[in-house]
Amino acid sequence: MAEMEIDVRGQTCPVPLVECRKALKKASPGDLVIVKGTHPASRKEIPMACEAMGLKVLEIEDKEGGKEWEIKIRR
Amino acid sequence: MGEKTVIILHSGDMDKVYSALIIANGALAMGMEASIYFTFWGLMRLKKGELDKGPLSKMNMLGLGRQMIKQRMNKANVASLERLMNDFKELGGKIIACEMTMEIMGLSKEELRTEWIDEWGAVGSYIQEARNANVTLFI
Repeated sequence: MAEMEIDVRGQTCPVPLVECRKALKKASPGDLVIVKGTHPASRKEIPMACEAMGLKVLEIEDKEGGKEWEIKIRR
Repeated sequence: MGEKTVIILHSGDMDKVYSALIIANGALAMGMEASIYFTFWGLMRLKKGELDKGPLSKMNMLGLGRQMIKQRMNKANVASLERLMNDFKELGGKIIACEMTMEIMGLSKEELRTEWIDEWGAVGSYIQEARNANVTLFI
C-alpha cells in the first residue's frame, strides 16, 4: 500500500478540494492519501467530500497552533 | 447513475466564469459528475486566448476595476481560469458549446479551444444533461 502526500498549504478555494480529488483518483484502493493545508473551509469540506464518496477519513490533525491542518484518508 | 451538476454559462464576465468553474470543480471534487454549457457571451470565453479576457460584471470601470480585482486575486493566491479549466477537464468535466451562438456570432470551430469541447449542441443537449441532474445553475 502506497502513501501519497499532497501539500496545498497557502492555496485557496477550490484548489485544496480539487488537488485532494486528483490525488484520490490517482491512488489505488487501500492507499493512504495525506493532505496538508491551511485553507479553513477545506478542513471541513475535504472530509465532507470523502464521506460523499464513501472514503474513510482516518485522522484530522491541527498543526502550527491551528494555522495548518493535515487530513489522512484511506482510498 | 451518479449525482450530477449542470451549469449554463451565459455570461462572459470574468467573475462569473470564475463562479462557474469553481462550482463545477467543487462538484467534481465532491464526487459528482459536472458539465458546463457555454452559450452567448459565455461561449466567447472559449475563443482561443479569451478565457480570462472578460470584463468584471460590476465596477469594471473601463477595465480599472477588473485590474484591481485581478491584483487582489493574485495576492490571495486564487488559481487562474486556465488552471481551473485544466483541472475541470482532468477530473472528467464535460464542456458543451452552443451551436446557435456560433452561428449568431459568426464563429468557426477553428476559432475555439476545441481540445476542451466534448460536445456541440443546442437546448436539447442541455435538457438531456439536466434531466437527471441534482444541481443546475444559470450563470
